[in-house]
Amino acid sequence: MLENKMAATRDSYGNALAELAEEHEDLVVLDADLAAATKTAVFKKKYPQRHIDCGIAEANMAGIAAGMAACGYVPFMSSFAMFAAGRAFEQVRNSIGYPQMNVKIGATHAGISVGEDGATHQCCEDLALMREIPGMVVINPCDDVEARAAVKAAYEHIGPVYLRFGRLALPIINDKESYRFELGKGILLKEGKDVSIIATGLCVSESLKAAEMLSEDGISAEVINIHTIKPLDEELVAATALKTGKVFTVEEHSVIGGLGSAVAETLSEKCPVKLIRIGMRDCFGESGSAKELIHKYKLDAEGIYKQIIAEI
Amino acid sequence: MRGTMNKQELQKKAAEIRKGILTGVYHAQSGHPGGSLSAADLYTYLYFEEMNINPSKPDDPDRDRFVLSKGHTAPGYYSALALRGFFPVEDLKTLRRLGSYLQGHPDRKHTPGVDMSSGSLGQGFSAAAGMALAAKMQGKEYRTYCLCGDGELQEGQIWEAAMFAAHRKLDNLCLIVDNNRLQIDGPVEEICSPYPIDEKFRAFQFHVMTINGNDFDEIKEAFDEAKRHKGQPSAIIASTVKGKGVSFMEHNVSWHGKAPNEEEYRAAMEELEKEAVGQC
Repeated sequence: MLENKMAATRDSYGNALAELAEEHEDLVVLDADLAAATKTAVFKKKYPQRHIDCGIAEANMAGIAAGMAACGYVPFMSSFAMFAAGRAFEQVRNSIGYPQMNVKIGATHAGISVGEDGATHQCCEDLALMREIPGMVVINPCDDVEARAAVKAAYEHIGPVYLRFGRLALPIINDKESYRFELGKGILLKEGKDVSIIATGLCVSESLKAAEMLSEDGISAEVINIHTIKPLDEELVAATALKTGKVFTVEEHSVIGGLGSAVAETLSEKCPVKLIRIGMRDCFGESGSAKELIHKYKLDAEGIYKQIIAEI
Repeated sequence: MRGTMNKQELQKKAAEIRKGILTGVYHAQSGHPGGSLSAADLYTYLYFEEMNINPSKPDDPDRDRFVLSKGHTAPGYYSALALRGFFPVEDLKTLRRLGSYLQGHPDRKHTPGVDMSSGSLGQGFSAAAGMALAAKMQGKEYRTYCLCGDGELQEGQIWEAAMFAAHRKLDNLCLIVDNNRLQIDGPVEEICSPYPIDEKFRAFQFHVMTINGNDFDEIKEAFDEAKRHKGQPSAIIASTVKGKGVSFMEHNVSWHGKAPNEEEYRAAMEELEKEAVGQC
């Protein structure tokens, strides 16, 4: 892990779009007055003719994206997770999901790590909402390398994709040559035998640190990175459950409907074992710095470690 | 096909389309005849005169596009598509049936000639604006038409799309408002008035025309003017009669979403048959 190399995945999103657009003329980017924040401004500067700012109207933006996709474009509609998945949910379902439009939803500022803006802007329900839409692929990358690869994979996938990005700079953990992003495939980051930690997004690097703390206590934790929440890598989830018999999911999202629920659904059908879901426990966030919030809601390494220890 | 039919021929074709509406809704024993009938003349003109489309090439990238934003009036849409040759007229009897490609609301994945899935009110106009923008960006000549209801104007998204379309000067986009004055719960001006509709669209920087949407002369004039007008999207406010063409359904809100029984169906078909053979 390169602790000194940090990047917010929203930056990865903007940079990846600008790069991809070089070779793909059908790629267009839509925004709802947040290009500076979603980091698509990088793309806008390079390709002003292919950047469409829809103004503060996310429902319309979803429809514009659908109409452009129907005419051959590959639109990336960008906004905060709260508005892309929340406000425009029904438009995403009916104008993009149902007709299987080739639209990609780039949702930044997901989760409590939005920080100071507080609960109205901290979307911890987006994975649940998007996962429910038939045919929707849902991706939550954990660092800069993975986020860039996810944007490329989303472009190459034909059909709607929801991409979740964050505002907080995260350590780069996927810096090895061997790293490969494959849609729907989880990544085994660390082998272990006593417990399994299945994490996504921002919580992946924190889970790796928690696993180190556990090893000091003599507990061997397996750590799996699930970047694709849907379709879930059921095989890998069931295999690790079978191996350790005790699974913890960790996500910067409600424990209702997101990664924890997806894993619970899979395990109850394929390999019922004890499962503890770590995440936002049916509550709203609040204002504060991202780091303070992640600590308060026990999603940092210390919080994850303590919650695991308490259950062993 | 464009510019080849006279007014009488169009009226006969409209009667055929109305018969298709009744046939579909009767066999489904479900669906929305009122708003399908009010817009039948608009469907007729769009599909038999106005639009550059080819039933043998429904996916032609250069075809004109149509989005039925008031998707519940699919029976009228399907009847026009069938009579224009996109699929067999006989299939109208499968409307809303399990396994049919004629879903309760338009489904672009399975129905030839349907450019956009729709039905959740307010959404279709945004998709149409996206199609019009795509044509501009691709340097293509095709035009995009969108039909919405007057009650549908209560949806905020319509005005988001209107603001966007005017801002982008989408003069290749034509919105038609089927102003039949009735929505499920009653007269639109009593439920939550969208009036004055023309002034609202003018304020949104549209080129606005107000016409009798059941009169082919006025329909033709409006569509011709919309094509000539540059620099702004057009909105045709088409004043229509809900249930038009079936006397006992006209101006009657109860026929918004109700199927006729056998007796009513026969009476309606008889009335439309007379219109179709030009006896009226």
